[in-house]
Amino acid sequence: MKLLDTLRYASDAATGTPLRTGLLMLAMSIGVAAVVILTALGDGARRYVVGEFSSIGSNLVIVLPGRSETRGFNPANLVTSTPRDLTVDDASALLRVPGVERISPIVVGTTEINAAGKLRESMMVGTNHEFLRVRQLKLALGRFLSQDDVGHGSAEVVLGALIRREIFGTENPLGKTVRVGDRRLRVVGVLTEGGRGMGMTTDELLIVPVATAQAMLNTNTLFRILIEARSREQIADVKTRVLKLITQRHEGEEDVTVITQDAVLETFDKILNVLTLGVAGIAAISLAVAGILVMNVMLVSVTQRTAEIGLLKALGATSAAIRQLFMVEAVLLSLTGGLLGTTLGYLCAAILRHIYPSFPAYPPLWAVWAGLGTALVSGLIFGVMPARRAAQLDPIQALSKR
Amino acid sequence: MADAALIQLTGIDRTFYLGDSEVHALRKVDLTIAPGEYIAVMGPSGSGKSTLLNLLGLLDRPDIGTYQLEGRDVTTLAPDEQAKVRSERIGFIFQSFHLVPRLTAAANIELPLMLAGIPAGERAKRVAQALKEYGLTDRAQHRPNELSGGQRQRVAIARATVQRPAVLLADEPTGNLDRATGEEVVRLLEALNATGMTLIVVTHDPVLGARAKRQLRMEDGSIVSDVRSAASTHASPAT
Repeated sequence: MKLLDTLRYASDAATGTPLRTGLLMLAMSIGVAAVVILTALGDGARRYVVGEFSSIGSNLVIVLPGRSETRGFNPANLVTSTPRDLTVDDASALLRVPGVERISPIVVGTTEINAAGKLRESMMVGTNHEFLRVRQLKLALGRFLSQDDVGHGSAEVVLGALIRREIFGTENPLGKTVRVGDRRLRVVGVLTEGGRGMGMTTDELLIVPVATAQAMLNTNTLFRILIEARSREQIADVKTRVLKLITQRHEGEEDVTVITQDAVLETFDKILNVLTLGVAGIAAISLAVAGILVMNVMLVSVTQRTAEIGLLKALGATSAAIRQLFMVEAVLLSLTGGLLGTTLGYLCAAILRHIYPSFPAYPPLWAVWAGLGTALVSGLIFGVMPARRAAQLDPIQALSKR
Repeated sequence: MADAALIQLTGIDRTFYLGDSEVHALRKVDLTIAPGEYIAVMGPSGSGKSTLLNLLGLLDRPDIGTYQLEGRDVTTLAPDEQAKVRSERIGFIFQSFHLVPRLTAAANIELPLMLAGIPAGERAKRVAQALKEYGLTDRAQHRPNELSGGQRQRVAIARATVQRPAVLLADEPTGNLDRATGEEVVRLLEALNATGMTLIVVTHDPVLGARAKRQLRMEDGSIVSDVRSAASTHASPAT
């Protein structure tokens, strides 16, 4: 029997019982749609988090003071045990490390801003002119901090969007003087709204030159040094070189921790991928149920079509041909159900994206293939038994049934 | 006649087991059938007529004995080879027609050709030819439930003969038909026999049986009489 004829005969047989076929395909499509939608949710969550992290900058290497891991005996430990401060000089030294594109030292403190008779508590970040590029922020008005090679710290401030609105309203703040802590600073720029990352919004930030911030907070140490590597591939090299240089500068003691954005991202990526897989596994259960349904329907079909099977045998069909007919029917049913389910899943994901535009609920391609594949395989596996039963039917008994 | 036998059964035994009781459906049956014969197999229920027919149609295997079809021992063939013999050399006609209800008349006739793997172009030609021969051309696209009993059996006969088999096996072909349509169907079968196709009919109906040129009478799994009547094929009963 030719394959095309087998296909046509099997699909005729399937459409011959529209209600049963329809219900079966519904079950199968719900199973596949569940896989598609749930993985879209899981993967969407992953993308969302990864996107959130990426928005703090790209190719970032971050230096933190203090060591976060235990190491073995080091001669340097004999002489000294207090961690050295991470200083602006350390930061400038890092600029000479090969593979480093930009550097942005960071000092953080809470302070008050006072202007136009309004007072507000606010987070202050002391940094340099590269911060804008490293953190990939955008300016709404004016300019960012000027380049300060000498390290005196000019009396400038860049306002977050919310602070600007609360203090100046719709007035143009550029060139105005504000009081931050005990200093008078001139507003040179305003950040655009919506800058975020690491759960911290830049809308409520005051950005001042690092030397100014250090003087105001009366500290010498840095909170972080943000380093932007020249490319993604160089991140690992930059990380080891930075660690080496700082260890050298700190008299052989490794008293800083260097983390890469990649490592953080990777961890989250992994966690959320496992989550997505888990969710897909749960959805796969409904697929298995649908598979068993396929078997059930095919068994009923074999019983109902006993006479037909006997006839086909009398007309010269081999057992293999009959097995094939029923297998093809099972696979056709599951595959059509699977395709319907994929469409349904994509539709639901699109609706989700429409309702929550910030949530990237795109079904991952692997999940779609896995869903369709499972549908196909369950059709094959659960089709085998009914097909064998059909092929083994005794034609005489089959024919005597009317 | 014996040297060119179409069918040669020697010492056929067939026993069924129903629970712990044995049913001897066939006992030591010897039968020789020449090409082109017209045979009626008669006898009471349970006499083994249907078993004999199934055996001849290779739907059943004997426990003992050999069955030679066209000089070839078919009892020892593998199931797939038997299927091929069924497909090419044997045509079945059933009391309840056994048409596939969801397929049109044309598609039902096409079934054996499709199962044999004949290309679609040639199939269409042969189906059209068969429809024409049996006067079913205007019924080609009708499903069995839209056809009369006579038309259904004509479709079944067309399906059985579309492969030009050597043997036509009919199990009570008129059992589900009224007298007039039954007569029409028998004429059709006899016409086929006249073209040289061997016709074996199992029937309860003595009138139908009497029309055959050779009558086999079965009782308890054995052939108790084998009569060749010189009577003309068209010694018609009621007409």
